[in-house]
Amino acid sequence: MNRITKLALATLTTITLAGAAQASTLDDVKKKGFVQCGVSQGLAGFSSPDDKGNWSGLDVDLCRAVAAAVFGNPQAVKFTSLSAKERFTALQSGEIDVLSRNSTYTIGRDTSLGLDFVAVNYYDGQGFIVHKSLGVKSAKELNGASICTETGTTTELNIADYFRSHKMEYKAIAFSNNDEAVAAYDAGRCDVYTTDQSGLYANRLKMAKPEENIVLPDIISKEPLGPVVRHGDNQWGDIVRWAHFAMVTGEEMGITSANAKDMLKSENPEIRRLLGVDDNLGQGMGLPKEWAFNILSQVGNYAESFERNVGAKSPLGIARGLNALWSQGGLQYAPPAR
Amino acid sequence: MAVEAKATSSAPRTPVWRDPAIRSLAIQALLLVVVLGAGWWLLDNTRQNLNRQGIASGFGFLDHTAGFAIVMHLIPYSEASSYGMALGVALINTLLVTSLGIFLATVIGFFVGVARLSSNWLVARLAAFYVEALRNVPLLLQIFFWYFAVLRALPPPRESVTLFGAFFLNLRGLYVPAPVAASGFGLVLLAGGVALVAALGLGLWARRRRVATGQDFPAAAVSLGLLIGLPLLVAAATGFPMSWELPALKGFNFQGGLVLIPEFVAMVLAISLYAAAYIAEIVRSGILAVNRGQTEASLALGLSPAQTLRLVVVPQALRVIVPPLTSQYLNILKNSSLAAAIAYPELVSVFAGTVLNQTGQAIEVMAITMAIYLSVSLAISAFMNWYNGRNALRER
Repeated sequence: MNRITKLALATLTTITLAGAAQASTLDDVKKKGFVQCGVSQGLAGFSSPDDKGNWSGLDVDLCRAVAAAVFGNPQAVKFTSLSAKERFTALQSGEIDVLSRNSTYTIGRDTSLGLDFVAVNYYDGQGFIVHKSLGVKSAKELNGASICTETGTTTELNIADYFRSHKMEYKAIAFSNNDEAVAAYDAGRCDVYTTDQSGLYANRLKMAKPEENIVLPDIISKEPLGPVVRHGDNQWGDIVRWAHFAMVTGEEMGITSANAKDMLKSENPEIRRLLGVDDNLGQGMGLPKEWAFNILSQVGNYAESFERNVGAKSPLGIARGLNALWSQGGLQYAPPAR
Repeated sequence: MAVEAKATSSAPRTPVWRDPAIRSLAIQALLLVVVLGAGWWLLDNTRQNLNRQGIASGFGFLDHTAGFAIVMHLIPYSEASSYGMALGVALINTLLVTSLGIFLATVIGFFVGVARLSSNWLVARLAAFYVEALRNVPLLLQIFFWYFAVLRALPPPRESVTLFGAFFLNLRGLYVPAPVAASGFGLVLLAGGVALVAALGLGLWARRRRVATGQDFPAAAVSLGLLIGLPLLVAAATGFPMSWELPALKGFNFQGGLVLIPEFVAMVLAISLYAAAYIAEIVRSGILAVNRGQTEASLALGLSPAQTLRLVVVPQALRVIVPPLTSQYLNILKNSSLAAAIAYPELVSVFAGTVLNQTGQAIEVMAITMAIYLSVSLAISAFMNWYNGRNALRER
């Protein structure tokens, strides 16, 4: 049986059979001893396993941050790799505790799926990659093109909107799995492969001759990517949201995984508060007071995570751009920790 | 009360709880209440849970704008169409690949099954190899194989393989000229209809004549001539009232004409070759089930080997073949859902995939999808049972 069918049936069963009373996600997580985190099926820089099955990436770091906050152990995470089609159903059915899978925050998803987006850990936009031999320089020249994409994503709708509003024609070939979409594009089935621009760079690494494909400069949509939790469990939502904010605040205050221990002796009241030296900011979320210290010392701040996964130190080499701190011209902004 | 009073007067009184008729009625009523109650509890629970979790419900979404494109649609469809239309497009695509798959699998399976019984060593071994190779490899792998094998073998659009400047074969599919009807084309269609009726009548007449006189009439050949010849004659007389729309390279791809997309070709190839391997074995078992004496008697009566197969062996073999064949046909329908893996826009890919994701209404979408598969399966089953009944041994 198809995986999505299974998941849909699982949702059906939980929704039809589950009683009204449900334990909070935090209690469930503490009881089983790990966070079950939904990730992609392998997207370099965001969530991908190495040859030993260890996951790494920007989205993975967020899951590890949540585990560090709850257990003080970033390894207390189990990963479920999900296709775009399966992801929301897996979260609804309770198979995973948090979905951190480069998912775009939209009003439809936030309000009608029974889910909540709690943060934006990567500001992205949809782009196109084309074979160099086509000689195309801009998305406006793509009239009549065949476009490979993945089903169940916002990209499918964005290209429809973009081509309609520019009075251009196209053929969409929508695959249920991203790897097949990339393979079909690589085999020449399509002129264009489209997804979020960060994903284009990541997927280019998988192609037979990466250098013969170019990413077009056009961005046709806003794609704020972020973690998702089930609607109605606000405590768990707070934990995931503030795990992300703690990493951003860490960068703002210059707390890194290397210097976090020394920072405990800092005189700066903001740092002392965040790291739980004076106050217990974790109390309201049901977390120990060193929750933020654990995140920053064990996973690192947002800049560290960004640089090692998608930034200049990674094969993707993506610039900070929109994802720089607000104080440096970007959009990453965390509410004050007080 | 009145009934009870009567019963006491005529027969020795049986207590109500010992009366088998009343008791079984009561048990059935109780069961009905339990089943309905459980059903209601499930429905009510679902509704409450959906409300509590804030998940949208209901079937209203079918009228909403779909907003996504579908690469292959046999009925008019655009991004502005509704989810309901997308469902229609997807269903037609599923039915198309299923019916073509059933047809091709039956033809190929029949030939391979007969070939496996051939007295020619090479033919029999080749058929055996075909069956063992294809039915022992998972269908999904075969689909990928055909898809990527087909893709790798084909040239890009600008280097298409061309035939007469009208047929183009490339990575994006096979482009053929599309017929465009002009005024007066109705006459040609009418001629076709007349030819069809005439051919049916001819068949009936030839059969009656054979039963009455024993003389054979080549009805099949004459009918074929009629079906092709008459419309052609009328078309020539009216000056061929139709034109062809030729595919032409515009920008990246060919525009115009009809196109067979590689996803469709790969899916039909994979599903029919796979099912044919099973059908071949079913056909072989059916033929082996016919007593050797039947063949010998038929040959002794002077029928040719071809006639023996067609008139004596196959009709009897069908009794054994049809019931397992039905299961294979149902499998073809269900296996067509694997096409989602290679982006062929069928029911599971478009409706239980894209639409489910855009709307998030898993319960409604899955319920509709399952209901559709169930009804199509039941329809196939009903037809095959009817056909089986027609072929069944009639005891006189």
